[in-house]
Amino acid sequence: MTVIVTDRGFADDDWVEGAALDLPTSTDPETLRGQLAGVTMVRVQFPSFADGRGFTLARQIRRMGYVGRLRATGPLIADQYAMARRAGFDEVEIPPDLAVRQPEPQWLARANWQAHDYQSRLRA
Amino acid sequence: MYHYNDFDEAFVRERVSQFREQVARRLDGSLSEDEFRPLRLMNGLYLQLHAYMLRVAIPYGTLNSAQLRQLAYIAERWDKGYGHFTTRQNIQFNWPQLADVPDILLALADAGMHAIQTSGNTIRNVTADHFAGAAADEIEDPRPYAELIRQWSTDHPEFQFLPRKFKIAITGAPNDRAVTKAHDIGLRMVRDANGAHGFEVIVGGGLGRTPMIGKVLRAFLPTADLLPYLEAVVSVWNLAGRRDNKYKSRIKITVHELGIEEISRQVEARFLETRAEFKGGDQAILAEIGSHFAPPAFAPRSTAAYEAARSANPAFRSFADTNLAAHRAQGYAIVTISTKAHGATPGDMTAAQMRVVADLALAYGHDEIRISHEQNVILPHVHKADLPALYLALREAGLATANVGLISDIIACPGMDYCALATARSIPIAQEIATRFDELGLEQDIGALKIKISGCINACGHHHVGHIGILGLDRAGVENYQITLGGDATETAVIGEKTGPGFAADEVVDAIERLVRAYLALRLTDDEAFVATYRRLGAAPFLDALYQREVQIHAAE
Repeated sequence: MTVIVTDRGFADDDWVEGAALDLPTSTDPETLRGQLAGVTMVRVQFPSFADGRGFTLARQIRRMGYVGRLRATGPLIADQYAMARRAGFDEVEIPPDLAVRQPEPQWLARANWQAHDYQSRLRA
Repeated sequence: MYHYNDFDEAFVRERVSQFREQVARRLDGSLSEDEFRPLRLMNGLYLQLHAYMLRVAIPYGTLNSAQLRQLAYIAERWDKGYGHFTTRQNIQFNWPQLADVPDILLALADAGMHAIQTSGNTIRNVTADHFAGAAADEIEDPRPYAELIRQWSTDHPEFQFLPRKFKIAITGAPNDRAVTKAHDIGLRMVRDANGAHGFEVIVGGGLGRTPMIGKVLRAFLPTADLLPYLEAVVSVWNLAGRRDNKYKSRIKITVHELGIEEISRQVEARFLETRAEFKGGDQAILAEIGSHFAPPAFAPRSTAAYEAARSANPAFRSFADTNLAAHRAQGYAIVTISTKAHGATPGDMTAAQMRVVADLALAYGHDEIRISHEQNVILPHVHKADLPALYLALREAGLATANVGLISDIIACPGMDYCALATARSIPIAQEIATRFDELGLEQDIGALKIKISGCINACGHHHVGHIGILGLDRAGVENYQITLGGDATETAVIGEKTGPGFAADEVVDAIERLVRAYLALRLTDDEAFVATYRRLGAAPFLDALYQREVQIHAAE
């Protein structure tokens, strides 16, 4: 089973409330305008940790006013957790073998993503 | 000079400890080699031909003496006693051990320096006019803006896994010494009709295998909109840039394929969104940064000693004529220290030489040092009264070569002597050309001529924009050097034109000599520079000389 990573560490997936909007990282954010009303879960599916489009996609989804749950799904690495949170994701969903290779402490090490953040200073 | 505040200081130290953990996690298997690779690259660590290479940022080319001393210390403690200044205002150490790298990064942090985003698919070290803050032709010192961009681009959460690298250059002067038209984004300070300062934003320039001169994306961007506009450009490209082919992923290709109008439309739309997110914090930080770059207290002093030394010492006069540039303050000069003694490796400097330069900067140069993309070292604020003493000290250290802007002031990439990507050697060709023209005694007579050498198609040696460009390739296992002519790296930037077949390693210096001798015979006056003669006459007479064609045959065509 996949593992959900949040600032509190690892957890099982608690999402049960029906349909989520699943988006590949190739999604043009302009096609989402007007499509997010009533959506409570958006999952952005990273095909590889090296595909950084999902971070910009998350920013654009937040810029459109989406306030529901936003999840990055795929083989992201623990070192990207802070980037995902800063870009607007609430949580990261990783495959089980990755959770074994990069256990919970490696992710919790970046739960301090609000610290040492140039962007929040520049946008104050 | 910018000095880290508590936030910057804590940031770089946190980053070093993160990297130390990443190295440990690579060794214990938590990180695969594929996963570790971008992490080490975004911390400046390459795996090269023989060893790791650490590329340290010299942000916008500015250093103080304490920082240069720290680079000397690193070179001796963890490397082979020297460093290599690059065409992007970085310094490279070619022989570090992986296990030592976190300690090296900590030593950098101790001096207010870092190696962050000097590599990888990130926004790279922002480069700037190396005469910034000193040049007589400047509208405004661009370095506060460059520092603002450094802070914004550092660890930017959206832009750590871009389609490819992204390079920004900035200049505050109309004479472009920062090659802004060959960068992903070039920023040229301009004034609007009311005299307000802003930037002409140039996008999609670049060298490499598909050389392109950048196009104007915005003719006038108010300075206050700099960060939201840059964010809009990189955000649009992060989604639109190609990820299927790394040779087509740079923004120059995106601009080429979508067209400048479509890119502009998308950027302006995104800009409306990004601008709303900047509420003045960036401008408060910019104002604070600006206070660090207040000009030194320039003092009026007599220049009689300088004039006397010029009259008495022809070697000093030659150095002064070649290596000085006009300073904005009365009685001052900008001094360029050449790393290109004839036969030396362009861009290399020993730890001992670094300490000499640091001492001289402290004694005579208001504690400021610059590194140029032309791989030289600059003391931007020296009073002419101090030049005779400075010259003697430089000569003692082997640093008084009077060749800035001349044929032996060659840009050369590390080439196959160091680089894993290279297809041919660059450094020996540069050394042989410099030595040849020194022996011929023609260098001063030839005058301004920029030769730039790259050891592969990636063009780190900027050969496309050299008056004479040399590109080293591998032809069936044999080094072969192709020559381009008429390139220009300045505000009138053009890509040089290819000539015909290339030359073997033992033929290329003779070929360059034939080109130069043709120029000497063709120029109208001694003051007509090589590139001016080339523009006046076109390629034909140079090609005749290069390929030793009978001129009569050409005349009969």
